Amino acid sequence: MKETLTLKEITCYHCGDEVPDAGIRADEKDFCCQGCKGVYQVLRDNQLCSYYSYNDHPGANREQQNKRFDYLGEPSIVSQLIDYTDEQQTIVTFYLPHIHCSSCLWLLEQLNRINPAIYYCRVDFLKKQINIKFDQCQLSLQGLVELLDDIGYEPLISLQDIIKKQNAVPRDNLVLKIAVAGFCFGNVMLLSFPEYFGLSIADQSFRHFFGWLNILFSLPIVFYSGRGYFVSAWNNLRNKVLHIDFPLALGIAVLFIRTVAEILTHSGAGFADTLCGLVFFLLIGKLVQQKTYHHISFERDYRSFFPVAVQVITDGKERPVPLSELETGHRIVIRNQEIIPADAILLKGEALIDFSFVTGESVPVSKTLGEIIYAGGRQTGQAIEMEVIKPVSQSYLTQLWNNEAFTQPKGNRIPSFNEKVSKYFTIVLLAIAFSAFFFWLQTDSSRALAAFTSVLIVACPCALALSTPFTLSAALSIFDRNRFYLKNTAVVEQLAGIDTIVLDKTGTITTGDPTSLTLQAELTGEQKQLVYSVCMNSGHPLSRMICRYLGHEDGLEVADYTEILGKGILAGIRQHQVRIGNEQFVLGCRGAQVNTTQVHLMVDDNYLGYFSFIHYYRKGLEKIAELQTDYQLHLVSGDGDHELPELLPFFRYAEQLHFNQSPQQKLDYIRLLQLQGNKVMMIGDGLNDSGALKQSDLGIAVTENINNFSPGSDAILDGRSFEQLPSFLKFAKDTVKVIQLSFGISLVYNLVGLSFAITGKLSPLTAAILMPVSTVTIISFTSIATRVAAKFRKLL
Amino acid sequence: MTILYFLIGCSILLALIFLAGFFWAQKSGQHDDLYTPAMRILLEDKEEPPPEK
Repeated sequence: MKETLTLKEITCYHCGDEVPDAGIRADEKDFCCQGCKGVYQVLRDNQLCSYYSYNDHPGANREQQNKRFDYLGEPSIVSQLIDYTDEQQTIVTFYLPHIHCSSCLWLLEQLNRINPAIYYCRVDFLKKQINIKFDQCQLSLQGLVELLDDIGYEPLISLQDIIKKQNAVPRDNLVLKIAVAGFCFGNVMLLSFPEYFGLSIADQSFRHFFGWLNILFSLPIVFYSGRGYFVSAWNNLRNKVLHIDFPLALGIAVLFIRTVAEILTHSGAGFADTLCGLVFFLLIGKLVQQKTYHHISFERDYRSFFPVAVQVITDGKERPVPLSELETGHRIVIRNQEIIPADAILLKGEALIDFSFVTGESVPVSKTLGEIIYAGGRQTGQAIEMEVIKPVSQSYLTQLWNNEAFTQPKGNRIPSFNEKVSKYFTIVLLAIAFSAFFFWLQTDSSRALAAFTSVLIVACPCALALSTPFTLSAALSIFDRNRFYLKNTAVVEQLAGIDTIVLDKTGTITTGDPTSLTLQAELTGEQKQLVYSVCMNSGHPLSRMICRYLGHEDGLEVADYTEILGKGILAGIRQHQVRIGNEQFVLGCRGAQVNTTQVHLMVDDNYLGYFSFIHYYRKGLEKIAELQTDYQLHLVSGDGDHELPELLPFFRYAEQLHFNQSPQQKLDYIRLLQLQGNKVMMIGDGLNDSGALKQSDLGIAVTENINNFSPGSDAILDGRSFEQLPSFLKFAKDTVKVIQLSFGISLVYNLVGLSFAITGKLSPLTAAILMPVSTVTIISFTSIATRVAAKFRKLL
Repeated sequence: MTILYFLIGCSILLALIFLAGFFWAQKSGQHDDLYTPAMRILLEDKEEPPPEK
C-alpha cells in the first residue's frame, strides 16, 4: 500500500520537491514552481538537458527568487569582487553554495554554451567555488551573475569575501618541505646501509664518499625543511617560553653538528639517517594537523551576512550604494527577502521582519510605521522604505564587533598538554645532558662531549611531538563523521578543558520546526481565527508556532488580553472568552504526565482540544542537563522569560537562567564567568550570540545546515547531532588521555635510549632503529586508541 | 667497483629530476584541487545526452 502511495507522489523534475496539486507542466514534465520551470527551459534551449540525466533532481528549489543584482553595475563594488582584469578578459571566483553533485559540475563547466562570452569555467567541488574567465566587453559582471542565477546557482556575494581570504592565505610550502625531506631521507637511508653491514678495508674510499654525500643531503634537511623549528624555538626563547620546538631544534642542531664532525674527522659515520628521518616524520605530523574544511567558514561576521549594497532613494531615484558608504539620513528601500543593513526607522510599507539569523526565532515579527528596526532582520512581504539612523558599524547588533573580544587575540587559553609538559621535559632533558657531560668530563673529555650530544639526540621528543597531531587529527575526523566540525585540532583539547557550558535558547536548544506541532482538535474556521488572533498578541514561542501552523488568518481585535506567565492566555474577542494554555490553566486540573508539551484551547467553556509539541526542545536536552554533575550549566537568552517554567526542570537553579539579554550582555556574562576562573563553552546560533561565542574559551555554533550562515566560532555543530554533545565532551577527554598515555610510551623509549646515551656509546645504528620504531609505535597506538575510545562513546 | 660512483651519481640525478618535477607540479597548482578532476573524468564532453533515466 505504501509503495503505491510513493509512486503516485509527483516530484518536481528540477528540484525533486513535492509538486502541489496545481503543478506546472512543460514538455510533459512536472515542476513545483515557475522558477524551476524557468531553469529547465534555459537548459533545454541550450541543449544542456544532460544535466538531468547524471542525477535525479539536481536543481535547487527556485520558488523564492527576486534577487536584484543592480549593485554589480557599480564600478567600486565590481573592482572589489574580481580577481583580475585587462582589455580582453576578466577573471572572477564565486562561491556557489548549491554545488553538490556531478550534474552541477557538468553544467557549470558548460557555461560557454549558454553565453560564448565566457571563455573558461573551472569548478572546485570541495570548496564549492567556480573560477570564470569572461569577456567583459560582451558580458558584464552583473550579466554573468544573473546567468548563474538563471540556471539555479546563485553566487553568495559578500563584502567579507571568504574566497579571497582563503585563497590569499600565504601558502607555507609544507608539502614542498616534506618532498625535500622525503627525498633526502630516502637517499641517505640508501647510502647508510653499507655502513650498517660494515665496509671492508678495500671499500674505505666509499665510506668517505658516502659520508660526504650524507652531509650534502643533510644540508637541505636542516636549512630548508627544518628551518621552521629553529625560527619557532628562537621566537619562543625570546618570549621566555619553553615550547616543544626548543628540544626539537636542539636535537636537529646537535645531530647535524655531530654528523658533520664525525665525518670530517673520520671518527664515525654520523647520524644523517636519524636526522633526515626525524625531520621527515615531524613534518608529516605537522601536515596531519593542518586539516581544513574548505566548504565551512569559521570566521564569518556580520559582513558576510549583510548585503554588499543597498538601494538608496535620492531625488526620487533608486541607486545602489555600497554598504560602507551608507550614512545616517539615507532613505533606503528593502524588498522581499532582503536584509536590513543598519538600524533604521520604518517610513513606508508593511514590515514583517524575520530575525531568524539574529536571534534564531523564525516567526516573522510585524513592525509599525515609525518604529526602529534593528539591523539584521530580513523583510518578508512587500517592499518597505526606511530612514537610516545609525551607520552600519554602529548599529545595535554590529557594534558588538567593535568590542575588544574581536580586536584582541584570545589570551589566557586553556594550555594544551603539550605546552604544559614540554617545559618540564626540556628542563629535565638539559639537566640529564649536562650531568652526563660533567660526569664524564672528570675522566674523558671527548667521551663527555659524546655523552652530552647522545642524550640530546636520543631524547629528542619526536614521539611526543607526533602524538598530539596524530591523536587530535584522528579525533577530528571522528567528530567530523558525527557532524561536529572543529576549526582546528587545538579545539579538541579546549573541549576537554572546559568546565562551564552556556547555552543560548532560541535556535540552539529549541527548533523552529513546524512539523513537530500537531493539532488534536477539530476547529471551525471561526475558532481558528479566534485562536490565531489571540496567539498573535503573545511573544511566547509556542504561540508563535501556533500562528505559523494556522497560517495567515485575518487578525481580530482582542479585548481584555491577559497573559499569565508559565500558564496561558486569557482573552476576549467578539463576545467570546478564549483560554489558551496548559492543562491546569485551561481545565483546572492536572492530567496524566505526558512527554509532550501541550497547549489546550477553550472557547466559551467549550473545550476544543489541544496542540501538542513533540520535541519542541532539541532532542537530547535532558542529556545535556545531566551534565550538571560535572559542568556548570547556564542559559542566556535574548527572549523574555515566558518559558521559565518549561525550562526550569532542566536546570538546577533559577539563577542559572538569564532572559532579556542583549548581545552585549551575553558577552559580558561570559566574561564574568571567566573572571570567576571558569573555562566557558558557549553554544549559540545567531548573530546575537557572536560576541559571546568570541569571548568564550570555546564557541560552538549550532546550525541546521552547515552551508548556511553561522556566526564566527571555534566549532560548528549540526543540529541533528546536538544530543551527542555529552559524548563529544567525554570523547575529547578520552583523547587527552590518549595523548598522555602515548607520552608515557615515548618516555619509555627515551629511557631505553638514554641508558645507551649517558655512557657516551650511542651507535648510529641504535639511534637509527630507535627513532622510527618509537615513531611507528606512537602513531599506531594513537590511531588505534582513538578509535577504541570513539567506539566506546558510540561515535563510530 | 668504481662504477658505483657513476651509478650513484646517476640515481641521485634521476631522483633530483623527479623532485624538480614535483616542485613544478606543486607550484603550478596541480595539487590544489585533488577531488574535482576525479569527478570530471566521468562526465561526457560534448556528446548527445545519455538516455534519460
